[in-house]
Amino acid sequence: MNGVPLASLVSSDSPVQGEGSVTLRGEWTLSGLRNGGDALERQLVDLTGRPDLAWNATELEALDSAGAMRLWHLWGQRQPDVLVIRPEHGHIFERIARVAKEVSPPPAPRSPFEGVIVVGRLALTLRAVLADAVALLGQLAIDVLHVIRHPKEMPWKEVSANLYKSGVRAMPVTALVGFLIGVVLSYLSALQLRQFGADVFIINILGMGIVRELGPVLTAVLVAGRSGSAMTAQLGVMRVTEEIDALATMGVSRSLRLIFPKVVALAVAMPLLVLWTSAMAVVGGMVSAWTQLNMSHHFFLQILPRVVPLENLWIAQGKGFVFGIAVALVACYFGLRVRPNTESLSANTTGSVVTSITAVILIDAVIAIATRGVGVPKL
Amino acid sequence: MSTSLPPVIDIRDLSTRFGEVWIHRHLDLQVQAGDVVALVGGSGSGKTTLLRQMIGLLHPTAGDIRLFGEPLFGGSVQRERALRQRFGVLFQHGALFSAFNVFDNVAFPLRELGCFDEAMIHDLVMLKLSLVELLPRHARLMPAELSGGMVKRVALARALALEPELLLLDEPTAGLDPDRSDSFVRLVRQLDKELGLTVVLVTHDLDTLAALESRIAVLAEQRILALGSIEEIMAMDHPFIRNFFHSDRSRRALEAH
Repeated sequence: MNGVPLASLVSSDSPVQGEGSVTLRGEWTLSGLRNGGDALERQLVDLTGRPDLAWNATELEALDSAGAMRLWHLWGQRQPDVLVIRPEHGHIFERIARVAKEVSPPPAPRSPFEGVIVVGRLALTLRAVLADAVALLGQLAIDVLHVIRHPKEMPWKEVSANLYKSGVRAMPVTALVGFLIGVVLSYLSALQLRQFGADVFIINILGMGIVRELGPVLTAVLVAGRSGSAMTAQLGVMRVTEEIDALATMGVSRSLRLIFPKVVALAVAMPLLVLWTSAMAVVGGMVSAWTQLNMSHHFFLQILPRVVPLENLWIAQGKGFVFGIAVALVACYFGLRVRPNTESLSANTTGSVVTSITAVILIDAVIAIATRGVGVPKL
Repeated sequence: MSTSLPPVIDIRDLSTRFGEVWIHRHLDLQVQAGDVVALVGGSGSGKTTLLRQMIGLLHPTAGDIRLFGEPLFGGSVQRERALRQRFGVLFQHGALFSAFNVFDNVAFPLRELGCFDEAMIHDLVMLKLSLVELLPRHARLMPAELSGGMVKRVALARALALEPELLLLDEPTAGLDPDRSDSFVRLVRQLDKELGLTVVLVTHDLDTLAALESRIAVLAEQRILALGSIEEIMAMDHPFIRNFFHSDRSRRALEAH
């Protein structure tokens, strides 16, 4: 197809204003135009906007719509006065002329109340978001009641699958992150404490910090990133592929089969993961205390229960329970909002992770205030 | 086109294996320039696999595929890209970019080319849309807002954007109602006449086969059993061909045209 050099495409015999003729040669095709490059462009500059010349296209070897469109633009978007062309090429220009006549509708004029419209639309969106969230919570409450009344309909399989996916499979990564955070925290604290000879207080710092705050929040953030995003993407793709509609037509409640098990699974798995992550972080801290301060494991474990009252463990478990429900609900909410396009899927997955992490930290702050007198050693 | 040109598609001794299962064995297929060839075969006979191998999405286990006389893989990146710009593919479900509207979907390959200005791209896209019988106002719609038939039309317009010499269609009429499917086939046939394309399509639909008056490549027993006009294929005596073309339903479809 592409053998003819484009320099010989155009040959103009004395193109004087008002008279003269141009003969088109070679291959006026997409690949031909690309091969022509700058040499062709230089040649065309003189001929731009000269529909007054006589154009002879009978010697064209090939013409496709890209080549024809280039000529059309060369002529200033109209047929030249004199154009000799073979009929099989002529119909391309006929089509171009026809399309050019169909005026595309102008974009809608900007309304003078643009700002009001934007604010109004935002308010309506916010209302819809809140209504959807309330509906989701209400549906969950209905599901819980339903399962209590009809224990046979408890979706055990789905709950167990979700427990495995978001609980058991999360253990390695939470262990690794917990351990390393423990090591780093302990190392930095040890450097400071040694200056004051207050080595023993490292157990208080690590114990309280990890068990009460860091363990639950760290786990929730990891699970939100790991399982929350997976849940949103899964529900989103199920919506795109109409699987959720298929479930509904079989009379299976999507909330009971898809959302309820996820919420239950995370409500159960998260406290256990909190325990696991906190334990790993304490082990990490212990290792670091041993290398930095030469503090033995026996001593560390003997002191730990004395400086960290048991209530802290219960608070952490409660936090894990609430965080688990929050992460699962947020993930499901965003998953059900996905519309069938890739942009919506990515936006909602991002929204899910960001919102659930923010929610976790907000809830943590509220719990911290509510439990400020509990489990703290009295001075 | 003279006969001295290499076949547009030249598949020699191709074998494909998925795990333990041989999909194709010693398969040969040549498609000449200007031909319209329909690949037919039972479900799971590897029609779509073969099509995906032709466009370089899958590597065959063994064998050689050449398009326009050139190997699909190897050589410089520019060579591979240039080869891929010579054919257009219509995927079964359209495969429109869901984040782009109709206009941007069709404009995408032209913009990637980087040798036209926006005004030129705009007019070319509008031309392609009119070629597939879509209206200018459809250009602003998103793929999610389109009906199944329109998705196929837009996908066809995108496949035609780079003026391909070869057009590959995967189940072009699947999921369209008979009316839409007829008009889509008419469209493909008209484009084929107008643009002189070589067309390879995968289909189950006998109406499509009959209406396109294509040559038929029968894929069965892990190879191309036969390649010929519909009359030639019908005259063959083979269990698959008997089942596929000689059932009552198929007879009715073929007689109607």
